[in-house]
Amino acid sequence: MEFHPLLLSFQVALWATLLALLLGLPIAWILARRSVPARDLWTVFILLPMVLPPTVLGYYLLLVIGRGGPVGQLWEALGLGRLVFTPTAAVIAAFVASVPFLIRSAQAGFEQVDATYEEAARTLGRSEWAIAFTVTIPLAWRGILAGVALTFARAVGEFGATVMVAGNVPGRTRTGSVAIYDAVQAGRMEDANVLALLLTLTTAGALYLLTQIGRSRTW
Amino acid sequence: MVASPPALQVRLEDRLGAFHLSAAFASDEGITGLFGPSGAGKSQILRHLAGLAHARAGRIVLKGRTLFDGAAEIHLAPRERRVGLVFQEYALFPHLDVAGNVAYGLAGWDRKERRRRVGELLEMVELAGYENRQPTSLSGGERQRIALARALAPGPDLLLLDEPFAALDFRVRRELRGALKRLQEETQTPMILVTHSLADVRALASRLILLDGGRVVGSGSTDALLADPGSPEAALLLEAGELG
Repeated sequence: MEFHPLLLSFQVALWATLLALLLGLPIAWILARRSVPARDLWTVFILLPMVLPPTVLGYYLLLVIGRGGPVGQLWEALGLGRLVFTPTAAVIAAFVASVPFLIRSAQAGFEQVDATYEEAARTLGRSEWAIAFTVTIPLAWRGILAGVALTFARAVGEFGATVMVAGNVPGRTRTGSVAIYDAVQAGRMEDANVLALLLTLTTAGALYLLTQIGRSRTW
Repeated sequence: MVASPPALQVRLEDRLGAFHLSAAFASDEGITGLFGPSGAGKSQILRHLAGLAHARAGRIVLKGRTLFDGAAEIHLAPRERRVGLVFQEYALFPHLDVAGNVAYGLAGWDRKERRRRVGELLEMVELAGYENRQPTSLSGGERQRIALARALAPGPDLLLLDEPFAALDFRVRRELRGALKRLQEETQTPMILVTHSLADVRALASRLILLDGGRVVGSGSTDALLADPGSPEAALLLEAGELG
């Protein structure tokens, strides 16, 4: 019985969630606060990973980060080696599959912040950057936290796209969900049982913890 | 002797849907009342002065600094204007305590100086010791005074007040009018007070601008204008104000 897949799942999900915060939060803010040309088209594009079959998503990713794809070639040109079938590819797959959850929740959170607070901050001499961090994000934090919880959960559960771009390399890219599939295929039902149960418990625990933080303060 | 130009000179042209704002006025030290019915464009003018709205044409000059010039394409950002604004519902930051609110405009200040300045302002608005209170725990009148302290903290060249008494009952109103007047005299900050109450105007404003339908229909010293509105439009507006 190998526990590495579980650990890997959480590492991958953690990195994917961090990436989602870093890239998704600004996008959510722009969608909520700025006038964007062709906003509806952007929204469809951003939310597409939520509704596409994960294998289709994985296939597209393969075209981009595969050895013949633009990102894959750039990666190799930078001397970083092959990108597909590495843990990094698993992080990318989990990130792409889960970032729409963060953007959606955070956007809703930002939209609920009364713009008058931001205007008051402007008249008090602060920059847009400072206002985002001292007013908008603190007031939208419930939406952001909900987004983080959903993003993390989705990233832990990522399977289809991960198998396509990261494969199933034991000890390297075999994540929890992939390991369960693998165990069932090989008839190792006891391994599958244990992994499934642990994955369920730890994910549920993480979500519970986040909802508890979300409860602590209101305004 | 040549009279120095007024502290604030404003000319604004703007269109917002069917509403046409076309106003020119000047204001000086002391408190200038901007009086008119709702929909006259009073709050919109404050937004232009603070830099929160962008007019089509016109010019705003404050103490020799050009804040806005449509022809020269000058439009200073709100943070560069040194114009404070007290919002109608005060807009105190709900996630910060009183000290955090008052200190919000003092970002570049040294810690000790900032604390001293916050204490000084709280004393000025007679709420010394309120540093750690949450905005939600304050009464309407206290909130208004904290909003005043917050807007005055960075030492603005001009303070705008958007119906600062509208949310208060009449006893608190009367008390806070006195407090605002004292604050103006103490800080010598020129103020523009948007109101639809002639009682506010009489108690506070040395100069008065009458606004109706986006246009200035009268301006001058409050006493003179109240005694002789100068035009039937202005007279009608003031009469309506007495009734309202």
